Amino acid sequence: MKEELIVSGRMNLNIDPVLHVWHWQIPLYLFLGGLAAGVLFFAALYFIRNESEKYQTAVKIAPIIAPIAIVLGLIALLLDLKHKLYFWQLYTTIRLDSPMSWGAWVLMLITPLSIIWVATYLKEIFPKIELKKGFFGKLFSFVFKHDDNEKVNWDWKYKWISDFEKLMINNRKTLAWLLLISSVILGVYTGILLSAFNARPLWNNAILGPLFLVSGLSTGAASIMWLSKNHEEQKLFSKIDILLIVIELFFITHLFMGFLAGPEVQIEAAKLFFGGEFTIYFGLFVVILGLIMPAIFEVLELNGYRVHVAIPALLILFGGLLFRFVMVEAGQITRYLY
Amino acid sequence: MRYGMAIDTKKCVGCSDCVVACQTENNIEHGYARDWITETIEGIYPSMELEFRSERCNHCENTPCVRTCPTGASHIIEGGIVKVTHSECIGCGACIESCPYDARYFHTEGWVDKCTFCDHRVANGQDPACVSVCPTYCMYFGDLDDKNSQVSKIIATRKWKVLAPEAGTKPQIFYLT
Repeated sequence: MKEELIVSGRMNLNIDPVLHVWHWQIPLYLFLGGLAAGVLFFAALYFIRNESEKYQTAVKIAPIIAPIAIVLGLIALLLDLKHKLYFWQLYTTIRLDSPMSWGAWVLMLITPLSIIWVATYLKEIFPKIELKKGFFGKLFSFVFKHDDNEKVNWDWKYKWISDFEKLMINNRKTLAWLLLISSVILGVYTGILLSAFNARPLWNNAILGPLFLVSGLSTGAASIMWLSKNHEEQKLFSKIDILLIVIELFFITHLFMGFLAGPEVQIEAAKLFFGGEFTIYFGLFVVILGLIMPAIFEVLELNGYRVHVAIPALLILFGGLLFRFVMVEAGQITRYLY
Repeated sequence: MRYGMAIDTKKCVGCSDCVVACQTENNIEHGYARDWITETIEGIYPSMELEFRSERCNHCENTPCVRTCPTGASHIIEGGIVKVTHSECIGCGACIESCPYDARYFHTEGWVDKCTFCDHRVANGQDPACVSVCPTYCMYFGDLDDKNSQVSKIIATRKWKVLAPEAGTKPQIFYLT
């Protein structure tokens, strides 16, 4: 028998009795970051493959999710900081050793890129807008031309904005390549962020980066599938989703194989999922409800059964969100024992 | 110059004087502690062993906290002491997550706080507060690079262990066993 106790009454907030430094903000951000990465990856990929007319939702419409998700994620990140007013210190230095520094800089790049990408397609998606008086009308009239009837159209008020828009539309290919690369970095980083902490045995493994990337791509593909009205496009993303789910299950198997073949602290970490307190959350909700069920629904749909597209899409999004909550919560419990 | 500490677990009685000394010297906020006492009980009655350890930041040689800090607020000063610059810390918690010893915590003002090896005392040639108050004289502080320092001599002659060596952090606090 061995028993370890802190006997001097240490009770540091968020550290004792069990480390719980990161709350809901971090897993929510990891989910939103992965979702944005997934959506942008497919937008850039199908643009580069010259299929933007064939897969309009993926390239033109679904990317609207990305800037919204990123901004919400950034708000969550800011809420997580305990010394909020100093957040700008992130941008005074580049620290290659620190995944969080990488993440901060990638977000600095991908946030404006995603906004520009979406903005260059707005005229195509909504060819006519007629906003009369009211809040949005006033807001639009700051940057768009409008006549006496307060009608607003898509003509920019300032020449430099329309010049910039033309420049961006002419260079969409460059934008797409930048988005493709930065979305992969963003997707991988959400996992590497955790795996860089060798003090938390559940996180400290090499497969977490690829696993989070694949999970993010699959939530992205599910959103595109859900938004799409084109049957062919839905079918394509349904197939992509099935493939990604299979890869994800394969990675999860490897994750736990690695733990069970690892040192004591990693075996302890794996026990949280095999009979421990996260068994139900992970086994039932993440793996069965969030991965296997949507895959089954999608296979059924591809074979001609009618399944509403929202069902697998929602399950995948729910599974992806819960997966991140489980990993962040469980990882903070695992530790070195001495 | 490499500051380190040796703590004699055979002499330590777990009185927590070091904890109170630190709280007083460094004006630690009520309810927090930069150092603490761990009690380990091993074996089955009647053959049991008891060990007390006074623990704190290990001022590691391979510092995961400094590595994962996104702003460079966590840094190493002369003598290998790991410190946090309050005005650079954003309170993200990365260093807290990366410490295998749970030696860091959030100060109520938001930045991350931890043991400083009482660098303000050490700069004047004094021992850290915890070392200087120990009633059993079980703690030794000094320069590990200096072969003639008390701490170097004692870890050269006694058996010792460090905490969680498998975490790869190369701690600079040695527990004499």
